[in-house]
Amino acid sequence: MRRVVDISKHELVPKHEVMSEEEAKELLERLNITKGQLPKILKSDPMVQKIKAKPGDIIKITRKSPTAGTTIYYRVVVNE
Amino acid sequence: MHLSREEIDARLEELRDKLPQSILEELRQELHRAKLTKEALESIIEEVLKRYEYARVEPGEAVGVVAAQSMGEPSTQMTMRTFHYAGVAELNVTLGLPRIIEIVDARKKPSTPMMTIYLEEEYARDKEKAEQVAQEIETLYLEDLLEKSEIDIVHQRVNLYFDEYEMRRRKVEMEEVLKKLGSIKGVSTEVAGNVVSVIPEKTSSIKELRKLENRVKGIHLRGIKDIRRVVLRREGEEYVIYTEGSNLKDVLRIEGVDITRTKTNDITEIQRVLGIEAGRNAIINEIQDTLNEQGLTVDVRHLMLVADMMAVDGTIKAIGRHGVSGEKASVLARAAFEITVDHLLHAAVAGEYEELEGIVENVIVGRPVKLGTGMVELVMRRELEEAKEVKEAE
Repeated sequence: MRRVVDISKHELVPKHEVMSEEEAKELLERLNITKGQLPKILKSDPMVQKIKAKPGDIIKITRKSPTAGTTIYYRVVVNE
Repeated sequence: MHLSREEIDARLEELRDKLPQSILEELRQELHRAKLTKEALESIIEEVLKRYEYARVEPGEAVGVVAAQSMGEPSTQMTMRTFHYAGVAELNVTLGLPRIIEIVDARKKPSTPMMTIYLEEEYARDKEKAEQVAQEIETLYLEDLLEKSEIDIVHQRVNLYFDEYEMRRRKVEMEEVLKKLGSIKGVSTEVAGNVVSVIPEKTSSIKELRKLENRVKGIHLRGIKDIRRVVLRREGEEYVIYTEGSNLKDVLRIEGVDITRTKTNDITEIQRVLGIEAGRNAIINEIQDTLNEQGLTVDVRHLMLVADMMAVDGTIKAIGRHGVSGEKASVLARAAFEITVDHLLHAAVAGEYEELEGIVENVIVGRPVKLGTGMVELVMRRELEEAKEVKEAE
């Protein structure tokens, strides 16, 4: 009766992707910031676990936005 | 010479970095309908870009204060109106101002946890199948099936009088109950009609019998922990299950539950099960639903700001003393908010340094505030100015 649930299918969960080394570098340069200035996401977050991201990785989140259609948000994976 | 659709799309594609998707989409639809020359298209695009740039929030705008006021003002009307709406729905849920406060305080458990469980197509259309799922979800303790129970000290037993009507309604067979009772060590059972006697093997005192009675009554027969009551309701074409109590993780694992739409009003639970991004979205939805229910509208952008602020650190933190305001870097800013003396004392003991970077601390000391036009700082390049002076002198 009990089954495995794929949480990324839930409508509240936007698309999460791990950014490659180069993409991350390009992003930080474009915004002129360091990793520490980005919003955070915990290593234990269910979506981080699902996409197997490591601490220090930057995650690109493609949100659905009621005002802009889609927007892109970034979070850096941190230890608790 | 009119432009083709492909040419328009190609031109719009170049604007992807400058305009949000929803505006681009609207623009594309409108442009496809009109017959345009290259020059006309360019002037339209120029105008759209100009208007968009004009509508954007300017750097230095105090968006937080605007958001606070925009949510605060309608809240004053809510306090008065909540009273009239209380207790309308079948399930009693906290609404109105108390609910808003609960959300922004990031309480670990809402005062009335509640779930809305949607079902997969096949189950949602069929009343019987929907009822089956509902039964599987609702917790059932042995106590719920009893008419009464008693302790018989003379015959050394606990008598359980089962309610036949409840048994039928919940579709529970006596065998199922007996099997559960059999798993308790050191007791035997005797059945007589709908009376079941639980007999301990050793001679027991009345205290021990009472303990046994409570233990037997607390036996968990079926259902999901924390879900105390379920209500099945027909909404349009489909059946939807509403529950009192919340356990998202286990409910999602039940066969027939729609994992894409099923939700709970417990925001920290959503963050735990679905992640911080889902938690952020839940904050926005919950605040908006609460406001809409009261007939109030607040622009989502304010709510988005609040939700983003609550979710920056990867966990949901409260607005206020224990969260956003309490974590400010500046001592004076924290002291200006709440528990002034504690903050000042602690800062003095720890030898904290005041950078005077923020707004509040600069208001306190009477310096210009870095906000709006005060954000701008002028820097003179001395070599350049000196070179000019030299030139003028010559």
